[in-house]
Amino acid sequence: MSRVVLALLVGLAVIAAGIALAVVRVNPYFYFAAYVILQYVVIATAWNILGGYAGYVNFGTPAFFAMGAYTAVFLIRSVKPPLAVLILAGGLVAALLGLGIGYLTLRLRGTFFSIATLALSVVLQTIIINWEYVGGSRGLSVLRPSGPPFGNYVVFLFTVMLALAVIAVMTARFIERSWVGRGLAALRDNEEAAECMGVPTLKLKLFATTVSGFLLGVAGAPFPYYVTFVEPNSAFALDYAVNALAMPMIGGTTSWVGPVIGAVLLGTAQQLATVTISSELNLLIVGVVLVGFVVVAPEGILGLIRRLRTR
Amino acid sequence: MFSWDLLANAVVAGLLLGGFYAAVSLGISLIFGLLDIANIAQPAFVILGSYAAYVLHEGYGMDPILTGVLFTPVFYLIGALVYRVYYASFERRGDEALRGLVFFFGVLFIIEVSLSLKYGVDYRLVQTGYLSRSIELGGVGVAFRYLVPCVVGVAMTAGLYLFLGRTFYGRAIMAVSQDQAALRLMGADPIHIKTIAFGVGIAAASLAGALLISIAPVIPSTDRDYIGRMFAITVLGGMGSIGGTLVAAVILGVVESLMATFFGPSWSLAVSFGILLAALAVRPAGLFGR
Repeated sequence: MSRVVLALLVGLAVIAAGIALAVVRVNPYFYFAAYVILQYVVIATAWNILGGYAGYVNFGTPAFFAMGAYTAVFLIRSVKPPLAVLILAGGLVAALLGLGIGYLTLRLRGTFFSIATLALSVVLQTIIINWEYVGGSRGLSVLRPSGPPFGNYVVFLFTVMLALAVIAVMTARFIERSWVGRGLAALRDNEEAAECMGVPTLKLKLFATTVSGFLLGVAGAPFPYYVTFVEPNSAFALDYAVNALAMPMIGGTTSWVGPVIGAVLLGTAQQLATVTISSELNLLIVGVVLVGFVVVAPEGILGLIRRLRTR
Repeated sequence: MFSWDLLANAVVAGLLLGGFYAAVSLGISLIFGLLDIANIAQPAFVILGSYAAYVLHEGYGMDPILTGVLFTPVFYLIGALVYRVYYASFERRGDEALRGLVFFFGVLFIIEVSLSLKYGVDYRLVQTGYLSRSIELGGVGVAFRYLVPCVVGVAMTAGLYLFLGRTFYGRAIMAVSQDQAALRLMGADPIHIKTIAFGVGIAAASLAGALLISIAPVIPSTDRDYIGRMFAITVLGGMGSIGGTLVAAVILGVVESLMATFFGPSWSLAVSFGILLAALAVRPAGLFGR
């Protein structure tokens, strides 16, 4: 119990430090870039709950992220509720999609599941492109609400995303250490054997896909206010799919620390590369690093550290 | 007012499109269907073939289909190399399921981003004299732009069918897909056979890419549209069945063409993915599955 309290305190301390940072005000670009990195912490952590713990590779990250973003767009256009409602609604819609994907795992395993998630992403993008109310293929500009609680709006979004990242990471940590995490690890290693041993595999898979979907939607919901112009190509960008799996793979998929390490390292590297070189080249770097890591260090940075320790 | 003329045109266009889709899907049918290697980078190799045809056409006025044929040895070698890396890093360790998939996803991404770095994101198309012509068949106009890729696609299907059924290496590939250990006992090296099969699959992408850029303009991210189509066709046709690939490709081509004609082209992409999802959920063994 005391460890849970400790973890909560650490989480709150991180958020407090973030708010302090927001009040102090450094270079405005810092918040802009840090938001993206924190968004990737949420995405990588969410992906890892399904991909790392349960072993189901989801290529459809953009679908869930865009579900969150477009739920927000729809609500902003219709009722314009506060940001907290947008985030919750975006998360819930994406969670529903996750639940659907979870039922798909009854029939589809391994490669077929991954291809189906990729297909899902394209189908949803087609629907959004044909839906004029949320901007269709041309996109839609979104007005930020005036007067954020503190700082300017980007600074405010930065602290919100920081809080979401802390919540996501703590959720992943909690799942990993509970019986749910052990059950997921069992079905990752051998689904039939796990089922035979009495592990409720379907319930666990549905839980993993729903939670993963929820967190991905949550990461996407503030996106319209961040970019202020939402169009399908940016909301459904393949970059999310690649980063979502590259970051945990590079950090290490078996622990909650892995995606965080991966997201911070790769996210920071991308932000630096975007500023100093070009955004196309930084994507190339992600691809090369990803392939290099899965070939040379399949257990990621955590695996490398573990190997050094045991030596 | 329903127009029979429109329907006839859509069906003919769909049939032609189907022949072309077969050409695009043969490689993945071989690699994923028979070897069970989830090479989702296949469409990226097709786009690579398209750009090879484009560059040689712009630079030297080469015929795109000739380029596609000439480049097959190069693509074969690339494919053999990729398989060797895949084998050494994943298959030998028994680690192919999760990390192998990620590996190919990374390869797809590298190819796509490299192409957009080198050639930008402008649409590219190859125009030749004969491609812009068309003939009239029983009141239905048939454009050479579609007819030529269809004929080449059907020829490729027939060629691969004969290769797998009649030649020594082809039969060895069929054998390795059924029982690798048995093949080893017969004195053949399964890894060598799989290298050849993977190389042939990638070589098919060279020609398929040349056909693609003859039909429609291509940008580096066009590969994403074809991931779903390829896998939909392979799954619907029954994993590894070459005849089934052609039948499934024609079905997909016709349905897509009908959707595009009567509901608008933006929906045609969703059709292929819808078919894929339905096929995966209802009958994963496909139409001609074993």
